[in-house]
Amino acid sequence: MKNQFKGKFGQFGGQFIPEVLMPAHKELEAAYEQWKNDPRFIKELDYYRRDFAGRPSPLYYARRLSKKYGHKVYLKREDLIHGGAHKLNNTLGQALLAKYMGKRRLIAETGAGQHGVATAIVGANMGMTTQIYMGVKDMERQRMNVYRMELLGAKVIPVTSGSQTLKDAINEAMRDWVTNVEDTHYLIGSVVGAHPFPSIVRDFQSVIGIETEAQIIEQEGRLPDSIIACTGGGSNAIGIFYPFIDNTEIDLFAVEAGGMGMQSTKTAALHSASLCVGEDGILHGARTKILQDPYGQILESCSVSAGLDYSGVGPQLAYLAQIKRIKPRTASDKETLAAFHELSEIEGIIPALESAHALAYLAKAADKGELGEIVVINLSGRGDKDLESVLKLEGNK
Amino acid sequence: MRIADKFNELNRRDEGAMIAYVCAGDGDTPGIVHTLVNAGADIVELGLPFSDPVAEGPTIQASIQRALDNGMNTDRYFAMVKDLDVNIPLLVMTYYNLIFKRGLKKFTADCRDSGITGIIVPDLSMEESGELEECCIDNEIDLIYLVTPVTKGERLDSIVSRSSGFIYLVSRLGVTGARDDVAVSTKELINRVKTDIPKAVGFGISSREQAVEIRKGGADGIIVGSALVDIIGSGHDVTNRLDALVRQIKSGLK
Repeated sequence: MKNQFKGKFGQFGGQFIPEVLMPAHKELEAAYEQWKNDPRFIKELDYYRRDFAGRPSPLYYARRLSKKYGHKVYLKREDLIHGGAHKLNNTLGQALLAKYMGKRRLIAETGAGQHGVATAIVGANMGMTTQIYMGVKDMERQRMNVYRMELLGAKVIPVTSGSQTLKDAINEAMRDWVTNVEDTHYLIGSVVGAHPFPSIVRDFQSVIGIETEAQIIEQEGRLPDSIIACTGGGSNAIGIFYPFIDNTEIDLFAVEAGGMGMQSTKTAALHSASLCVGEDGILHGARTKILQDPYGQILESCSVSAGLDYSGVGPQLAYLAQIKRIKPRTASDKETLAAFHELSEIEGIIPALESAHALAYLAKAADKGELGEIVVINLSGRGDKDLESVLKLEGNK
Repeated sequence: MRIADKFNELNRRDEGAMIAYVCAGDGDTPGIVHTLVNAGADIVELGLPFSDPVAEGPTIQASIQRALDNGMNTDRYFAMVKDLDVNIPLLVMTYYNLIFKRGLKKFTADCRDSGITGIIVPDLSMEESGELEECCIDNEIDLIYLVTPVTKGERLDSIVSRSSGFIYLVSRLGVTGARDDVAVSTKELINRVKTDIPKAVGFGISSREQAVEIRKGGADGIIVGSALVDIIGSGHDVTNRLDALVRQIKSGLK
């Protein structure tokens, strides 16, 4: 299942991008092939991962959560990684690669702000000029992350086009890259976009799954029965799933944002569940599952968490869903908020709203018998960034 | 009308082609197309608006948004094109998802039935265009490829060898949008592309002076988009101003 034709995952993936970006993608692909197994690159990345990011992240046996749901629940603590989320795994890898390629400038898009912060962190650390594109709507929802990025020396550029969220930030970042392709690396934040991005980001994120495999064997003497991860673009999901893909005894649950309901209006979906109900199409350089109208216009997506609020999904996840290797599910805004409170109260961990979708699915599925005995949940980020929006939401009750 | 016939006709008169882009559904499109043609536009590129147009600058993005807000969609687009009474090549410019969603066979058949003889897809790379190319051949439609200042070597050769109609030379790095000058990279690109197929230069062209310079540099045509769309977007004296701009630019190609 892993060794597909280069750049394609079954019918999904590929390179649907303006010609002006093709040489940059080819250059990136060649550089990645050149450096990914180079001992000097690996050594330097290991140094950053261990001493700067704080890896390996713990695999924590959540006793009270386990007791409540009658499963052995382990949380992969990506919330403890520097920056507060799994996003740094990818930005460290890509920024280092960009540096090896001789690029001086990083650009990135951000939704929740987590990827923007993770990019600003590596930009500052590695001495690269950094500009972050962010939808105005997301800037309002995530003011603290905007300030964080600015503190770290990055310039945050407000995106006012379209729905003013993640997909428009990606559009703007692509436009910037088209213009400045010679000295700039576009540090894409998820397993989306044209080849080679989905594969590069997956490889850098699969450190999560590789650690999980060793840790669960050490603690339980065996592999888990199921793994749950939230899925927007899908980088934390594929990151933890990837090493387990060939082991079909392990059920992999990709939990998408069910938002306010599974319906759509003429121009917008009330959810962000592209794996569950999206249709085959092309968005941001790849063929994948997307939320679209009957003519192929992209629908705006909706979620309580900015990080899952995206109309597409990584092409490899679309493929894995199609061949039924992963199980796409949803958790609604309401279920997610309940899980956000629950983990805070019974484990003393405030999860990111994104990660709370994965936790919500545990609550939904615990009695259905589909999770098995040992469950690993990817706790992809911490929730400090969400406090303001949760307060606002619940103040309006 | 096929694109090659138009270029042959222009060659006989030693004229360069004035190719005009407007987005369907932004303003009175049939009226606008007639104005462009009467003023001397040789080919009209009619945009089919897409919600996420990554290759466009702010001017055309705004035009696309107005068109979508006005309810333009693929069905209405083909119905409208079918009713246009003009004797020049009409091209559709759109993003790949709209073609993919309709089905490549149906989309190209709809083009043929409505009188469109060329397709430009800015987000479709050579790597992914094989299927659409076959459907275009079946329906006697030219698939126009774009080349840019960073398209070089073997890659440039293979794109040129697969091109028909004309080759779209993207004059500079960046998105669409009107500019004043002609980049050095434009002239280099015109020289680098060796082919018998006509070469048309687009992105950033808005004046007679630029048209003259590009024509002198060896191009067979120019593409003007944002400068026209700006006028349409202003809503002010649209017909007269479009007419004047097209005449002015075309005069630089004769």
